[in-house]
Amino acid sequence: MTEMIATRQAYGDALVEFGEKNKAIVVLDADLSKSTTTAKFGKKYPDRFFNMGIAEANMIGTAAGLATCGKIPFVSSFSIFATGRAWEQIRNTVCYSGVNVRIVATHSGVSVGPDGASHQCIEDLSLMRTIPTMTVIEPCDAVETRKSIMASIDYKGPLYIRLGRAAVPVLTKKEDPFVIGKANILRTGNDIAIIACGALVAHALTAADILQKEGIQASVVNMHTLKPLDNATLLEVAKRTKAVVTAEQHVLDGGLGSAVASILSRNYPLPVEMIGIDNRFGQSGDPDVLFKEYHLLPEDIVIAAKRAIGRKQL
Amino acid sequence: MGNLPQLDVKSLGERAKVIRNHIIRMLAKSGSGHPGSSLSTVDLLVALYYNKLRHNPQMPAWPDRDRFILSKGHACPALYAVLAERGYFEVSKLDTLRQFGSMLQGHPCMKTTPGIEISGGSLGQGLSVGLGIALAARLDKKDYRTYVMLGDGELEEGQIWESAMASSHFKMDNLCAIIDQNDLQIDGPIRDIMSPHPIPDKWNSFGWHTLEIDGHDYPSIMSAYNEAENTKGRPTVIIAKTVKGKGVSFMENQVDWHGKTPSKEEAERAFAELK
Repeated sequence: MTEMIATRQAYGDALVEFGEKNKAIVVLDADLSKSTTTAKFGKKYPDRFFNMGIAEANMIGTAAGLATCGKIPFVSSFSIFATGRAWEQIRNTVCYSGVNVRIVATHSGVSVGPDGASHQCIEDLSLMRTIPTMTVIEPCDAVETRKSIMASIDYKGPLYIRLGRAAVPVLTKKEDPFVIGKANILRTGNDIAIIACGALVAHALTAADILQKEGIQASVVNMHTLKPLDNATLLEVAKRTKAVVTAEQHVLDGGLGSAVASILSRNYPLPVEMIGIDNRFGQSGDPDVLFKEYHLLPEDIVIAAKRAIGRKQL
Repeated sequence: MGNLPQLDVKSLGERAKVIRNHIIRMLAKSGSGHPGSSLSTVDLLVALYYNKLRHNPQMPAWPDRDRFILSKGHACPALYAVLAERGYFEVSKLDTLRQFGSMLQGHPCMKTTPGIEISGGSLGQGLSVGLGIALAARLDKKDYRTYVMLGDGELEEGQIWESAMASSHFKMDNLCAIIDQNDLQIDGPIRDIMSPHPIPDKWNSFGWHTLEIDGHDYPSIMSAYNEAENTKGRPTVIIAKTVKGKGVSFMENQVDWHGKTPSKEEAERAFAELK
């Protein structure tokens, strides 16, 4: 049985782990520290933890100020508030200034569950990707979350990491490589490439299993960094498979699918199918039920893969 | 390091005239920018940069420097002129304001201009940054101070009050806000458009030590800066009553001069008044 851990839990643990040695790390939260799990850091290092109250715009600006003085601020809230409410502060004060603020937001996607649409952020990848110089990461599991936090500490420039509320299977191993901007090929097959991020990586692997039983060999790429996108790996896989499916827990506009399609259409046009949320808001419900409702399951990926293969030029 | 000689009131006034001349010349040349809001800030900036800030223009990134943030970034012609006169960069650069490739962008850019602490121009965001810098000073046990200049129209932004609340909550006595209260915003008098008054009462109720001064009177300005530095346990706000367009008679208190630049003839009239 695969171990199940929420990426947000790994985040709080990583902050405690790396915060011990690196005293430049400071953490800011907006009254959601128990949910984002930054409270773990706050308990251990109270002097370097700032609860900024329910005021995200000010929190982002405060983090920028700390960063100008050599601190490494990790700023957390739910992704809708961190990236939506404070978007312009991130754009103008953080990114335009080029300061080393790390925005690590939890509760992305419909897998937030019962809280419903107001708290299920399905637009953050798009919001963050459009800002010049921003780096955008969505780890697929708890192990990769720890590595992304570690990699972000000395990374130059602003950075966004997208995490989830619900437990997800641990797919990667401690010794697997993690380099920002370098995709990981999890499985190699020549019939179709499934490019996924976050919680959908697990679904992509399951979809590949199903396809294999039907004689279709799928490559699965864990595109943990959406920006800068690993164009080289993407094109290498696309040239081998001649058809691509993208899979993300996000609206189809501006997320992973858009990023992949943009590169492929300009460099190597081929059939692309996209798994994501099509112009709808989320709603209350258990994550599993919502994954089914919004067509984010392995079965959906399988159907999309067959459609993409069917569109290949003979 | 950073202990620059103090100027008397007369010398400060002479410096201010030089700065105001620069502002008119820069804006006449660039053909776009904000003369009214730049001119209202001049005396506050001159007093700060000549007589208060611990800084070293040759070392803009000196870690122990006092910080200044112009949150009302559209007044940057005034700040650029002060920085140039102070030696952060060549005075001749002022004539490149707002031109393609210039180090002097239309609103402050920390990547191109020495002495700019954070990029800005989008109103409401500077005090939050100042709070972050002040928190860093406390963490590092450093005694540098942080000053943030706000506009009175800028007080309409909700983020100002988020940062006012937080700065008071964290008892940031190393942080000082300076409000350039010139009573006008782009669309008209502040009291008509969206009044933030009574301004002192609001800051008092947010827990700030609140001072009200004439923002063109050097002894009052210096006294307020000193009182802010000596006030412990809470941040200080200096509400400085100013005249928009100060120093150029036909620009003073005229809302149209918020974002309009002088013609060559108007600039000559302004220079004549600023001799």
